[in-house]
Amino acid sequence: MAAPHFLVHNTADTTGVVVVEDVEAGDELTGWVMETDGTVTVKARDPIPLGHKISLGDIKKGDTIIKYGHDIGRAVADIPEGGHVHVDNVKTKRW
Amino acid sequence: MATPTFRGYRRTDGRVGIRNHVVILPLDDLSNAACEAVAHNIKGTLALPHHYGRLQFGEDLELFFRTLIGTGSNPNVAAVVVIGIEPAWTGRIVDGIAATGKPVEGFAIERNGDHNTIAAASRKAKEYVHWASELRREECAFGETWISVKCGESDTTSGLASNPTVGNMIDKVDAMGATTCFGETSEITGAEQICAARAATPEVGEKFLKTWSDYNDFIMANKTDDLSDSQPTKGNIEGGLTTIEEKAFGNLEKIGKTTKYIDVLKPAERPAKGPGLYFMDTSSAAAECVTLQAAAGFTVHLFPTGQGNVIGNPIKPVIKLTANPRTARTMGEHVDLDVSGLLRREMTLDEAGDALLDMTVRVCNGRLTAAEVLGHREFVITKLYRSA
Repeated sequence: MAAPHFLVHNTADTTGVVVVEDVEAGDELTGWVMETDGTVTVKARDPIPLGHKISLGDIKKGDTIIKYGHDIGRAVADIPEGGHVHVDNVKTKRW
Repeated sequence: MATPTFRGYRRTDGRVGIRNHVVILPLDDLSNAACEAVAHNIKGTLALPHHYGRLQFGEDLELFFRTLIGTGSNPNVAAVVVIGIEPAWTGRIVDGIAATGKPVEGFAIERNGDHNTIAAASRKAKEYVHWASELRREECAFGETWISVKCGESDTTSGLASNPTVGNMIDKVDAMGATTCFGETSEITGAEQICAARAATPEVGEKFLKTWSDYNDFIMANKTDDLSDSQPTKGNIEGGLTTIEEKAFGNLEKIGKTTKYIDVLKPAERPAKGPGLYFMDTSSAAAECVTLQAAAGFTVHLFPTGQGNVIGNPIKPVIKLTANPRTARTMGEHVDLDVSGLLRREMTLDEAGDALLDMTVRVCNGRLTAAEVLGHREFVITKLYRSA
């Protein structure tokens, strides 16, 4: 595959990481799933900066966010597939 | 990759240094001016000014002495001039460093004043510089390198690529008999059970969990919010990291896939169980952690960054790598190794680990790091609580 637009650590993950600059809403993105060397595609719902996370499916408020195959926090708002996942809609379960 | 060798400075205690500094070490804040004056007078010396050393007590004082004695004892240091306001604690630092067998002498300011102290210390420093300048590097096994790791201004590219690059190298050098160290106790929060499972024995895992739990209790007792202004940092958040849990899983990528840690160290504690990976109880602030690892005897440091931390250390070369293509482009002067090709699938993790190992061998042989060339010498003492 050509250089991917986003990377996914594990197959269980509900988010991927955008690794190119200037992703705009409506862009069709191709992702590389590192665990299985697989490919996944998502349409960006929001502009997503380099390094920021994109939702790989519809996430409901209260859902656990999975990355690295593990719990990295909880959604505090609904996040649609292709949405920007960050501090406005996800919080730590720790501190 | 075949096990590499490098040319280093073998010290009297058997350890091997990759730099050959003559350090002018202040016991306390009051002695910084005299130390900087000596370093100005005598070219080829390095003053290490800091803010503490007065009225500390208990565990905090023990850590202070461990940090200063350990810094002077580091094999990257050839000889040390210690200057303190009074002779007793100055002598304690001198005696601690002298145990390594390296040249060290102390000078006290009380009853002498700055002028006489600077004159006497400068004469000794000049003698040390002439002596150190004739020491020669010799062939050493790569396993004699002590390597510390700590990341900073991380972002999601750190967990995807630059931290796994460090982890790939850690797995390789562990098999070569290297002594290695990771830390950042608070920054393993969320992945602490995963980290505990990476201990070589259940006892070591329990020791880690106790250390982590104590640190977490301290944070819970003192926090005034959810730490979203502090940990993750504003830079981490700008780079796409959202929670401490996410940061922790990325952080742990630095210890590779197979290497297990064989002991848990106190801050600045010297490893005593032979070659292998150690966990050290440290703050996650870059300069504090790197300073503690140097004081424990580590001689070279691997520092992956996402958004572009510019840290260096005065006595321990800090090798910086990044996988963030924007950081590599906009802050290239700080980057020793660009592994952003991992994100574009232009290189494999194994190739990136080999490239980092190659760069580390070059730095051990004398190549100056970006931080050394740019003059980054952050020396920050960890203080546990208020002085008496």
